[in-house]
Amino acid sequence: MIAEFGQYMLALAFAVAVILGVLPLAGSFLRGSTGARLMAVDRPAALLLAALGILAFVSLATLFARNDFSVLLVAMHSNLQLPLPYRIAATWGSHEGSMLLWVFILSFWTGAVAIFSSSLPDVLRARILSTLAFIAAGFLLFLLFTSNPFERLMPPAADGRDLNPMLQDPGMVFHPPLLYMGYVGLSVAFAFAVAGMIQGRFDAAWARWARPWTIVAWCFLTLGIALGSIWAYYELGWGGWWFWDPVENASFMPWLVATALVHSLAVAEKRGTFKSWTVLLAILGFGLSLLGTFIVRSGVITSVHAFATDPARGVFILLFLTIVVGGSLLLFAVRAPTIGNGPGFAAISREALLLSNNVLLVVAMAAVLLGTLYPLILDTLDMGKISVGPPYFDSVFVPLMAPALFLMGIGPIARWKEARLPDLYARLRWALAISVMAALLLPLTVDGFRPLTSIGLFFALWITACVLVAVADMLRGPDGRLSLRRFLLHPASAWGMHLGHLGVAVFVAGVTISNSWSVDRELRMEPGQTVVLGDYAIRFTGLKPLTGPNYDSTQGRFEVRRAGAAADGKPLAILSPEKRIYRASGQPMTEAAIDRGLTRDVYLSMGEPLDGNAWVVRAHVKPFINWIWLGCLIMAVGGFVSAADRRYRQHAVRRRAAARIVPASA
Amino acid sequence: MKARHRRLLWIAGGLAALGVAAVLVTNAFRSNLVFFFTPTQIADGEAPVNRLFRVGGLVEPDSVQRVGDGTTVTFRVTDNAKTISVAYTGILPDLFREGRGVVAQGRLEPDGSFTAREVLAKHDENYMPPEAEEALRRAGHPVGAPAQFQQAGAQTP
Repeated sequence: MIAEFGQYMLALAFAVAVILGVLPLAGSFLRGSTGARLMAVDRPAALLLAALGILAFVSLATLFARNDFSVLLVAMHSNLQLPLPYRIAATWGSHEGSMLLWVFILSFWTGAVAIFSSSLPDVLRARILSTLAFIAAGFLLFLLFTSNPFERLMPPAADGRDLNPMLQDPGMVFHPPLLYMGYVGLSVAFAFAVAGMIQGRFDAAWARWARPWTIVAWCFLTLGIALGSIWAYYELGWGGWWFWDPVENASFMPWLVATALVHSLAVAEKRGTFKSWTVLLAILGFGLSLLGTFIVRSGVITSVHAFATDPARGVFILLFLTIVVGGSLLLFAVRAPTIGNGPGFAAISREALLLSNNVLLVVAMAAVLLGTLYPLILDTLDMGKISVGPPYFDSVFVPLMAPALFLMGIGPIARWKEARLPDLYARLRWALAISVMAALLLPLTVDGFRPLTSIGLFFALWITACVLVAVADMLRGPDGRLSLRRFLLHPASAWGMHLGHLGVAVFVAGVTISNSWSVDRELRMEPGQTVVLGDYAIRFTGLKPLTGPNYDSTQGRFEVRRAGAAADGKPLAILSPEKRIYRASGQPMTEAAIDRGLTRDVYLSMGEPLDGNAWVVRAHVKPFINWIWLGCLIMAVGGFVSAADRRYRQHAVRRRAAARIVPASA
Repeated sequence: MKARHRRLLWIAGGLAALGVAAVLVTNAFRSNLVFFFTPTQIADGEAPVNRLFRVGGLVEPDSVQRVGDGTTVTFRVTDNAKTISVAYTGILPDLFREGRGVVAQGRLEPDGSFTAREVLAKHDENYMPPEAEEALRRAGHPVGAPAQFQQAGAQTP
């Protein structure tokens, strides 16, 4: 019953999405009461769509929680022994389920826009919600006709095939929903752009409405990608955190464009310029998130993320991508002349710096796109199989981002419209001098001159120093003294920006230090044996068998001590990596064990058993690796702080106040 | 006129920067492409010497051997027509098994064996690396569809 109910909800949601996609949009072009009545459909319909999306999703989650093996998807991806949290996570552990998650989150965002849009003019809101509904209708169609998650299995299976062991991890519970919140959240920015193009006006108010939505989507995207990276780091068992795999790139390209978009929206709001560029970025960002969905879901690549290969699905997404991106670009071409340019700016100004950063981000995105798509295209055309490895991405991405990181420090300090170089120099010379000196000296105190490490450290220190200079200026009163009381005088968006930039500095420091000073070894170890790695002595003390809920495992026990410490002293940490065999699939899984720390991780994983009790063991010491994800977290927190700025809510407050006053005076 | 000049300068500067970026990107791209060869192609001498490439196929049953202290493994990769011997030092992926599909990335040694820097065999139990599948197909041995439900009482619709 639940399966049929869920499917019914999807069908209803499609009907509602079509109504929401057509009526308010049509109404927005009509004058008078008919138009107003048609547009008034938008909010109730959007809320209904959100409710239906949630119900459909909860139906599938319930089927998984109850292990209803009369549903094909559940039989394929769940198992009697699978613990409850993973049964629920298995809801999105398949192609159909993850598309349902897409639709669910899109309907959620649509509902959120309906709720928090009281400050928007009716016409704009109607068009935004219609655009979102159009996208929802497309995906619902996709779900209903090519990827029905509620398909029955007759006769029911006695037991399910189990979720891929690699996905049985807390990461699976959080990574996909967060990532989709970001991916799909870009559709809101896209809808704002489309609605803005239809009305042919991109004023400061439009940018002010679009900004918080875009920033929040960007924050979720940042968190989702970071979480995926942490997961890969501990799950794949060899200590890497980014692989430039097509699936990672599929989420990273929208992130690069969304980062550019967040910044160009700031210019559009503050200076009324960059308007066409902002619209293009919004289209590009959402287009890339659709492209990512195509790459990941169509089966053109095979990876842990690609669940099924059905050409019809790929064709559908590609068609939808063409309609959405082509249609919006056409609209852009028609409307571009009316968008107009804002006021000009000098070659050295905050606008110019932001423009440079935007261009660098988009070029970096294009380079990643080339490396991701080229092998796929060659393969599709049957022109041979090639792969583009991490060296390509590293050698292109890093030089492109280096100038962006340098400019990032100056941007918030430069004046709008026109900045003077001598001025900037005067304000930043100490920041420059200190960060150059410290970047050169720090590696010397460890193990000598390392030019690449120094460059990386310089960017981290430079951004930090520039943020400190800017913050000091914000806290300095007219009398020239610093006062924390001035904290509240500045908008949350300014603090959020500085916090976000600080996050980038922390991230860069983490990447630089962990890349420079990580040590690892792969070796044969027997119980009783000790290996010294960096500052640590790791002693293998023994093995024991372990029985999990749905797997059997061999667990090793390792004691970590400082190198040179007494071998019988209290260990710093005891690590227990495992080699699991999942019973339903017979698939082996390596579970790494990590002693985490702010300044270093000690990371152990067990490879294969050798003769006797000996194992091949991989040990890493990775300094500052957690700063990578800490930096991402700080970036996202900065984004949330920024989006919480009062300015973005003021309109609502003023309008409500006005509404209260009018009847009183009438 | 002055504003127009300045704009022209901007555009010229932007184009120059983009040009430099394009050159960097294409250079990096060309030198980092990794091509794929089947064991048959390697036996025919088509694979490059001194350049990283990928070989794919099935791990030949009973060919996996540990060398020295056990951290180095040798095995043979076959497309059911020709085989090539591969050496790899390090931990093999969880899904590396005899008779299963595998892709190795590395270099050809002067003696005709292959030293792998990376061995790829991740993903789920039905997964066949596309390169391995391609190698078998080209050698005229297409792989069958993966087995469906293995539990008793379960049937595919």
